[in-house]
Amino acid sequence: MEYALALVVLLGLVALAVAQPLMSRGETIAREEGRRAELDAAKEAKYREIRDAELDERMGKLSKEDHREVDRELRAEAMAILRELDALEGRAPRA
Amino acid sequence: MAGVGAACLFVGLLCALYAVGASLAGARSGRRELAVSGRRAIYCLAGLLVLAFAILEAAYLSSDFSFALVEESSSTDTPTFYKVTGMWSTQDGSLLLWVLLLSLFSSAVLFLTRKSLREITPYATAVLGVVAAFFLVLMVAWESPFDSIAAASVPPDGRGLNPLLRHPAMMIHPPMLYTGYVGFTIPFAFAVGALITRRTGADWIRATRRFALVAWTFLGTGILLGALWSYTELGWGGYWAWDPVENAALMPWLVGTAFLHSIIVQEKRGMLKVWNASLIVTTFVLALLGTFLVRSGILSSIHAFGASTIGPQFLVFIALVVIGSMVLIVSRLDSLRSEARLDSLVSREAFFLLNNLVLLAIALVILWGTFFPLISEALTGREASVGPPWFNALTTPLALVLVLLTGIGPVLAWRRATLAGVRRVLAVPVACAALLAVLLLVFTNAADSIPSFVMFVLVGFVVTVIVQEFWRGASARRSMTGEPFPRALGRLVGRNRRRFGGYLVHVGMAVLFLGVAASSAFLKQRDVRLAPGQTVKVGDYEITYREPTAVLSDDREATGAPITLGATMVVRKDGGQTTVVRPARNFYPTRDPRKGVVSRYFEGEANSEVDVRWGLRRDLWTAVRPDISSLERPIAEADRRFADVGSSGLALIVGALLENYRKNPPPATFRVIVSPLVSWIWLGGALVVLGALVAAWPSPEARLRRVRSLYSARLGRELTQPHT
Repeated sequence: MEYALALVVLLGLVALAVAQPLMSRGETIAREEGRRAELDAAKEAKYREIRDAELDERMGKLSKEDHREVDRELRAEAMAILRELDALEGRAPRA
Repeated sequence: MAGVGAACLFVGLLCALYAVGASLAGARSGRRELAVSGRRAIYCLAGLLVLAFAILEAAYLSSDFSFALVEESSSTDTPTFYKVTGMWSTQDGSLLLWVLLLSLFSSAVLFLTRKSLREITPYATAVLGVVAAFFLVLMVAWESPFDSIAAASVPPDGRGLNPLLRHPAMMIHPPMLYTGYVGFTIPFAFAVGALITRRTGADWIRATRRFALVAWTFLGTGILLGALWSYTELGWGGYWAWDPVENAALMPWLVGTAFLHSIIVQEKRGMLKVWNASLIVTTFVLALLGTFLVRSGILSSIHAFGASTIGPQFLVFIALVVIGSMVLIVSRLDSLRSEARLDSLVSREAFFLLNNLVLLAIALVILWGTFFPLISEALTGREASVGPPWFNALTTPLALVLVLLTGIGPVLAWRRATLAGVRRVLAVPVACAALLAVLLLVFTNAADSIPSFVMFVLVGFVVTVIVQEFWRGASARRSMTGEPFPRALGRLVGRNRRRFGGYLVHVGMAVLFLGVAASSAFLKQRDVRLAPGQTVKVGDYEITYREPTAVLSDDREATGAPITLGATMVVRKDGGQTTVVRPARNFYPTRDPRKGVVSRYFEGEANSEVDVRWGLRRDLWTAVRPDISSLERPIAEADRRFADVGSSGLALIVGALLENYRKNPPPATFRVIVSPLVSWIWLGGALVVLGALVAAWPSPEARLRRVRSLYSARLGRELTQPHT
């Protein structure tokens, strides 16, 4: 009896909780929102790489020439991410 | 309340299955509300399992023996701490703990990623639901922690907790291990989601990296706690025996270590994607295997397979995970292609790859050695096993290579490092290591064990490298900002937490290996039989057995042992300072009704209360095994004459026997161990945890930028919505 009663009560509570999102208006998974979050995370990671490379050069692990090359590549990759972010938000600069 | 608990499990199973279905349907149809509903089901699962856990804990605390589990592993005289933690000494209770932790971790990661990774997350939710459903099916169908005993048959007392488990480390150890196992399920689930959706960039790694790091830290801490328990409780004086149960936890930790390093390469260079997918699958499978091995007893014999009620189910599930993951990885090889190539063998990426290979090799050696008894029995019909010498012979050289890589890796730059640059950076560490080698040769006997000597030198090399990294980094920052050195150091670590937290972890591991190398090769041990007044010499110590001790219901570890027999020993070092050590042995009564009222107190379980004098240079470890054969005749006489005595009378009789033992003590057997640098193992472990905390801590600047960008995105979205 205890088991049956608990089953009914718990099932009812769970059903209420999981049904609530289904009652709201349908909305497709916004690919743009997911892409924006991914680009934000990629941007942070790229900034970290740029700072790491600068620290490596100051600590003597990278020569100045190598650092210049690596820094150029990383900044180009970071700018590509920023351009894509701006395009998503409709802020792409006019040519 | 057992009925309520059982209902929680059944409804929880329905929640997990619903989460799988709703999330998959939402992912395939693009209907977000289904994915949200699936996520809510996981939250509900967590709530139900918290309730189930609370019900069971309440039953333990109130000694409600109508719960079969409580009757099995607790008793009225079990101390409260062990009542609370006794649940996971049983198979059913540990399954509940596993799935509870999984539901909590799943809820946390799904909450944190609710606005991002919207293509991957529904599939990850489904995977988490499948894993939770597996454990819930095991409990609902076979091993319910809420089995109850009929009212008429409820016993007045339970069987009590196994005395060997009455140690704080042993009770914290399972939750730590399970947090590790469960934590690795999170990146596994997101890896599967990334593979299914072909979003195999670094996004899933960034979302789950901290969960992997937390899991790794907890698993490592659990392993160390187990080693500490072995050292202080089991009475043999060691901390690692290459036991199958120990190996079962170490293997996923090793592969998890490889995963944590390898994902850094994918984040930075877009490389090693196949490696990372394979490593996290392997880590998860080994975590499942570890859970299964500890509980099934299968490694005692292949014939125990049939005796385990959940063995076949576990193996089927593991097989499905392995096959499904392999199919998924192979089918997605095109989207797992590296985005960059290896520019140079002298680069951090190359050394991380080498690191992967070494860690996997160690894990493979341990896997082979652990399963060798099963393999040999299956092939030859006879069980053959391999012991510590085999494991040590194969893992020691690999460990030395690993420590060397730990020192070289940090000095290399990403993409490429010039040999001249590497030589310049390594000059001081190599010189320090060479100096250390000379000093050890001249002033110590470290070279008596070549592997240990090499390890000492390598540890010196690693520590110098890391100190140099901190020094150079802070100096570089100071030259840019003009800050005082301490502030520059603090800011350096604060802005580069992953890197410098990782360096602290490396130092911690080096220190740990130092302790292992020294204590393995240079310990001194004596097993002797001493009568009161006799002395034994071990290393620099002279230890004299002064007198026996015998107490009733007063064991110093508060384990509830009714009888404790021990010894007081006086220790002198180099003829000078003295100290007193008091090893003892606890005796727990058996509930076997065939034993006499008095003899049952001496013929049940017994365990050692070791006396460890910790020190930075060495530990002094003593254990005693009292000889109670002289008490056999008085005990037998007491059983005959006082068969119907009550508890207060019994206490007087046992007290008289103990007094007899104290006044006429026979010789006792002692084990004395002088073990150098053992404490550095635990210190190294603490440093590893500190480093992991630093590495896992989020940086404030990134968080602020993320929040600003979310508001900016929301503003952009709302501005483009049509007016009503």
